[in-house]
Amino acid sequence: MRNKETKRRQKNALLAAPCSLWMIAFIIIPLLMIVYYGLTKREDGSITLENLKLIADPINRRALWLSLKLSIISTIVCVLLAYPLGLMLRGLKIKSNSFIVLVFMLPMWMNFLLRTLAWLNILENNGILNTILKILHLPTLHIINTPTAIILGMVYNFLPFMILPIYNTLEKIDENVINAARDLGANGKQTFFKIIFPLSIPGVISGITMVFVPSLTTFVISNILGGSKVLLIGNVIEQQFQKLNNWNSGSGLSLVLMVFILLSMAFVGKDENTGRGAATW
Amino acid sequence: MVKRISQRIYIALIIIFLYAPILVLIVLSFNKSKSRSKWGGFTFDWYKRLFQNENILNALYTTLLIALLSALFATILGTTLAIALNHMRRLPKAVLSSIANIPMLNAEIVTGISMMLLFLAIDFKLGFSSVLIAHITFNIPYVLLSVAPKLKQTNHSTYEAALDLGAKPLYAFFKVIFPDIFPGILSGFLMAFTMSLDDFVISHFTRGAEIQTLSTKIYTETRKGIKPEMYALSTLMFVSVLILLILINRRSAHAEKEKTIKK
Repeated sequence: MRNKETKRRQKNALLAAPCSLWMIAFIIIPLLMIVYYGLTKREDGSITLENLKLIADPINRRALWLSLKLSIISTIVCVLLAYPLGLMLRGLKIKSNSFIVLVFMLPMWMNFLLRTLAWLNILENNGILNTILKILHLPTLHIINTPTAIILGMVYNFLPFMILPIYNTLEKIDENVINAARDLGANGKQTFFKIIFPLSIPGVISGITMVFVPSLTTFVISNILGGSKVLLIGNVIEQQFQKLNNWNSGSGLSLVLMVFILLSMAFVGKDENTGRGAATW
Repeated sequence: MVKRISQRIYIALIIIFLYAPILVLIVLSFNKSKSRSKWGGFTFDWYKRLFQNENILNALYTTLLIALLSALFATILGTTLAIALNHMRRLPKAVLSSIANIPMLNAEIVTGISMMLLFLAIDFKLGFSSVLIAHITFNIPYVLLSVAPKLKQTNHSTYEAALDLGAKPLYAFFKVIFPDIFPGILSGFLMAFTMSLDDFVISHFTRGAEIQTLSTKIYTETRKGIKPEMYALSTLMFVSVLILLILINRRSAHAEKEKTIKK
């Protein structure tokens, strides 16, 4: 019997081997490469903290600060837009929730660079939005190439990742629980804060990580909607690799960025299924 | 009543917000003027030219091939891992699934850069295979995510019963477990395919100079101005996915109905 058990374990390990080896080769080792380059000197490979200290350079510090600011604002805007929407969609009582998932995932099938570029057309000084405003005799907006445009781009691109997990958790709340609260004399406000909101927290948390991390680290949205006038930490890192070819300083800054990602995950708390897309599909 | 109407308006506004840029792109695909910001009249020209533009067709071919192959390999690797994880002790299980999830939780730019560093350090030539390897890697967690819950639901005793009745393990697996987890495998494959198709950042860092995917091609064109054929192509892709999804949705809604009628 014992023999059979060990044999089964061996077989199981054999089954896990290909994927585990793959992950060691292409996930673990690459991350160790970043650690290695981030902590060594470019010239002679000796150990140094210089690359990490680059974050204190005024330009880099400002870029990191701006990234944090914009990604926090975008995340908050996404929660504020998505939560009421989730409640309303729940109220619609549509039978097939795959239809709702479809409506919010479908835009992702058009290339995200093109969709972000289309916002240029809408937001430009002579763009679609301002043309409409002019017809209505309203004051025009000049937000292209400003941080506001970047926030809009972030909210636009990542809003579905906030909507779907929130909607999913809200939709699963049993109507009987809410009715029970009502029967026991809770008013609308009390039912929301004591029943609905606490039950939906997992969805909100998963939405927050799915919006915050990509917003914090983007370089594409700022490149397209900020002209080259707005520099985020993602842009700084990308330039280190693609323009300056300085792997060491780029890796050092990436390490700093990873610290912030880990901090954000620790901050919102991490349960097993809080993955990007975990709650969306 | 007022509350209901204002709710409908809110939902409509969000949907308009999400679809406005798509509408802009579709309109641009019929724009006679080459400029992004001028309307020069209606034309089908870009659709005709699209099929003569070898650069774009090549990028499309590369993109689709990488999406297909990476989804396929990721599905195989991810499914075997999911099955193995299902019978593992807690600690190794937690360690392996956390490692698998890293590419999904980490920043794309870090994942892309880390793999680029590895390829350059071992003198692996950047190109089709490096992009493919990178895409397989970031697709594995999505497969794991959709297969693992299905595996949890399967009944292990049925599998053991099949073994007791003399079925070979592989035969028993394909006859007993595989049909149960197949929906999960399929949705994992589709998710991986979509993720690969939509990826820009990781391809950007791992592609080298020789190959272009649609995303990287669009990115290099952003400064010079996008070729209108690209709008035509993305409109075609969007519309075909839309039709496909509506058909699938209809069919499953239909199947659901029949089920309830039979009951």
